[in-house]
Amino acid sequence: MKATLIKAMVILTLVLAASTAVALTVGSQKIDFGTLWSDPFSRTLFFRLRLPRVLMGLTIGASLAVTGAALQALFRNPLADPYTLGISGGGALGASLAIALGWGARVAGVPLVFLASFAGAIVAATLVRAIARTGAVVLPGALLLSGVVVNLVSLAAVMTIEYVAAPNSSLEILRWIAGSLDVIGIAPVGYMLILLVPSWLVLLAFSRQLNLLAIDEDTATTLGVNVHRTETVVHTICSLIVGVTVAMGGTIGFVGLIVPHAVRLMFGEDLRVVLPGSLLLGAAFLVLADALGRSVMPSGELPVGAITGLLGGPAFLWLLRRRRQYAAM
Amino acid sequence: MSAAAGPLMETRHLAYAYPGGANAIHDVSLAIGAASLTALIGSNGSGKSTLIRLMAGLLRPTSGDIMLEGKPLQAWQPRLRAREIAYMPQSTMTVFPFRAIDVVLSGRTPHAPQFGFESGRDRVIALEALQAAGAAHLAERSVTALSGGEKQMVILARALAQEPRVLLLDEPAAALDLKHRAEMMRTLARLRDTRGLSVVMITHDLQLTACIFDRIVALRCGEVTAQGHPEEILQSALLAELYDDPKVRTARIGDQTMVWVDK
Repeated sequence: MKATLIKAMVILTLVLAASTAVALTVGSQKIDFGTLWSDPFSRTLFFRLRLPRVLMGLTIGASLAVTGAALQALFRNPLADPYTLGISGGGALGASLAIALGWGARVAGVPLVFLASFAGAIVAATLVRAIARTGAVVLPGALLLSGVVVNLVSLAAVMTIEYVAAPNSSLEILRWIAGSLDVIGIAPVGYMLILLVPSWLVLLAFSRQLNLLAIDEDTATTLGVNVHRTETVVHTICSLIVGVTVAMGGTIGFVGLIVPHAVRLMFGEDLRVVLPGSLLLGAAFLVLADALGRSVMPSGELPVGAITGLLGGPAFLWLLRRRRQYAAM
Repeated sequence: MSAAAGPLMETRHLAYAYPGGANAIHDVSLAIGAASLTALIGSNGSGKSTLIRLMAGLLRPTSGDIMLEGKPLQAWQPRLRAREIAYMPQSTMTVFPFRAIDVVLSGRTPHAPQFGFESGRDRVIALEALQAAGAAHLAERSVTALSGGEKQMVILARALAQEPRVLLLDEPAAALDLKHRAEMMRTLARLRDTRGLSVVMITHDLQLTACIFDRIVALRCGEVTAQGHPEEILQSALLAELYDDPKVRTARIGDQTMVWVDK
């Protein structure tokens, strides 16, 4: 299994490097890398817009994918991801409330929009889990159904806020719904990473527990896993990650669904490989999707959320069909 | 071992009620000795699975104590407890296509380093466990593609790979054919004799309990109604009362006990 991990890390790092290189070169404005240092226009374009956007894509892609992988194991449900569990919707609602009320403030250096988004994400996640839980069992069907409904209600609330909010706030909120990686300067990515890197590490530290949970909850307990603690920590960390990514990039759907499955198909089911693999492949996937969004149209661009949705929807349906086979026990 | 004089595992006046329900288990006191095979019998809903889950630490007793090597079960560090007790559920419900060998390897968790991977030795033990469970040929198959019986063999192998002293089995043979059922019992008896393994197993196969178990514990409505050697328990009158059916019959033929239900 160690050999699989090493192989996965080498291959996916190469994929990530290639995707990043492609994403840095593609765009509506062509950047001449030969004159990058001498030409101020190219330099500004590259360092203020292109590079931050790619870094943002890497960060959000990695975050959504690793969260999806963790949630799938935690709920033993291959169709779980931040989007289908309503966590993204809750985060978007929190973020848009913060924007509409003009909360530009910070609490202990953290933008309030992050906190509001995190709060929205954790409320939605807790709500969805509570609805789907009957006694000690989380029903897989009920989980997805309540997740989708919470997502829809959240987005309806976002639209309501958008409608009544001041015009410039509305425009900002609209950006969230579409999901975008637009960012100016590297500083916002830095803020995100301060919160996200430790969260990723916590999830990775729980990969063994998640692996046992993915197989069976009862035997995980008898193998020494503190299931309650694992659930609480992973659930909270996933909400934090989704909250932060939604606050910055909006609701980008399906990354957390497709990427972990791609890693599983390539390298097997062990979460100790799937979690780090999803980090790398998620980053690669989102910057490629964004590069595609920036280059399909001769002028302007498609929001990255639309691209991942168009790719992810069919992938979801494919998994649903496949699941019928492997869930028939 | 300081507690060597006492039983390996013990329940004292154990009671458990599901939230908002009546007592599922009431005043159950049992002693499980080292190197023993104990069968738990009783009709559906008599509290057998609840008792096994309590002993596995999956449920917390409402009152009473469970002792492992003289120390309360709750006082054991989970990882150390996992080296002593293994639990095998009726089936595994995973929806992810894990390979059988990986499922069995996960049984090595309590013995492996906290943040590492299983060692080569763990792999050898896992393969031996698959062999012992009669499932060596399934190693590379994905568990979601296995039949009910094959799945039971794989999760039995996983529990064996854990190398516990106490093995708690919830109807492990329910989906096994006659050959594999007999093989499983021979394996458990061999581990009892060679490694001192203690097995507590829920079963509805009374025929099986007659020939191979050391002890039978009969549960009715959450209480122990009888316990003892199979010959003492497998009596027509006792079983008729246990299963609430006056037509249950038993008879000794040579050193075997036959159990059947009259027309």
